Amino acid sequence: MTVRSKNVKIHVENLVKNFGHLHVLKGISTDILEGEVVCVIGPSGSGKSTFLRCMNRLEDITSGEIVVDGFHINDKKLNLNKIRENIGMVFQHFNLFANMNVLRNLMLAPVDLKKATKEEAQANAMRLLETVGLADKAESYPSQLSGGQKQRVAIARALAMNPDIMLFDEPTSALDPEMVGEVLAVMKQLAKDGMTMVVVTHEMGFAREVADRVLFMDEGVIVEEGTPEEIFSNPKNPRTIDFLNKVL
Amino acid sequence: MTQIITTYGSLLLAAMGQTLLLALWGLLFGCILGVIFGLASVVDNKLSRAISVVYVNLIRGVPMIVLAFFVFYGIPYGARTIFGARFVLTSLQAGTICLALNCGAYMSEIIRAGIQSIDPGQMEAARSLGLSYWRSMFRVVLPQAIKNMIPSIVNQFIITLKDTSILSVIGFPELVNKAQNVIAITFKSFETWAIVAVMYLVVILALQQVANALERSLKRDRKK
Repeated sequence: MTVRSKNVKIHVENLVKNFGHLHVLKGISTDILEGEVVCVIGPSGSGKSTFLRCMNRLEDITSGEIVVDGFHINDKKLNLNKIRENIGMVFQHFNLFANMNVLRNLMLAPVDLKKATKEEAQANAMRLLETVGLADKAESYPSQLSGGQKQRVAIARALAMNPDIMLFDEPTSALDPEMVGEVLAVMKQLAKDGMTMVVVTHEMGFAREVADRVLFMDEGVIVEEGTPEEIFSNPKNPRTIDFLNKVL
Repeated sequence: MTQIITTYGSLLLAAMGQTLLLALWGLLFGCILGVIFGLASVVDNKLSRAISVVYVNLIRGVPMIVLAFFVFYGIPYGARTIFGARFVLTSLQAGTICLALNCGAYMSEIIRAGIQSIDPGQMEAARSLGLSYWRSMFRVVLPQAIKNMIPSIVNQFIITLKDTSILSVIGFPELVNKAQNVIAITFKSFETWAIVAVMYLVVILALQQVANALERSLKRDRKK
């Protein structure tokens, strides 16, 4: 680890997750570096989303270790809420707070957790809405937005806490095809700005273009990993080859 | 009819006052119990969920008239014969306990169902931002859940108001109890019960109007 020039942001070692008798993750190890964009691809049910959700402990870990910024996140004494402030998450189904308008969606966490005053939070929220191109929707309610707009708001909401890590759980899978582009554009910009990102996705084009590293998962293990070039142009494992043949 | 109204009208109105008083106490404590047990039934704690299930099933499984007799006669008698403690409950105290326990059980089910009707993604999103479980609950989940719960809560309020009539059996001087007294004197059961029925109807329709207005105003400031 020490030979690498960049710091390890997320260290995952031998991660196992069972749901009852169902073994979803069967020992996953990887390091995610600061500023790295890692795309996780693989068939449905391969454990990609579960893997992602373990990183901020939306799912409890059965065994193994996840260390985020030096904190062991399955440590029972850890103040998990503090760690989560630093890890933004974007969900497949947006999960915008339906009882609040867009502006209040962005302001809730920073104000409630005393990261910012109301005025600071509002100014920051407006700036973020500007960057995702939705400043004019500040007063709208989630139900009045399109899917693509909702997801851009969701990204802005996660960014409002000023995290160093962003987790994306199939952010474009629930979108109409014509709205995928606008969300990916925001994510590309984020990657360019140096955000550490872990993206579970079915958008192979995005993975190929933006990822520093691609993980191919199947049946709860990382089958193959490498640069997008290695994975997409020269896959070695037969399961990777089979999967890519089906989706590309 | 007019004779009953002129002679016993004020008595029946006072009895309606007692009915409302009892209903108010019952609803107040019932709501408190409902919130406590409703939340206890959704948190990630097996013990609190089990306690909540036992409470709800116990109350749902016993008719309120039995509960009323048990609380008013049974408990003081048991306390005296088993523990040697002398205490009595007034009919208002016993009535409040019965109504509150009963209303609380049904309210807790309304609250549980209301919370569970909200997409778990709402809670997850709030937690992922670093909000604690209870903050997420109070800022994100409950405000949405309450809106869905209101029709059922209003319904429960009406049922609880009507259930006060059961407590006539332990001698609480509410409307049914007093109406029986009036009939004992006048023998005019048709007129008296008709008047009583209309009095309940008026109060409940009024309550319904208030509830409708509340629901409308909630819908207005949260266009969804």
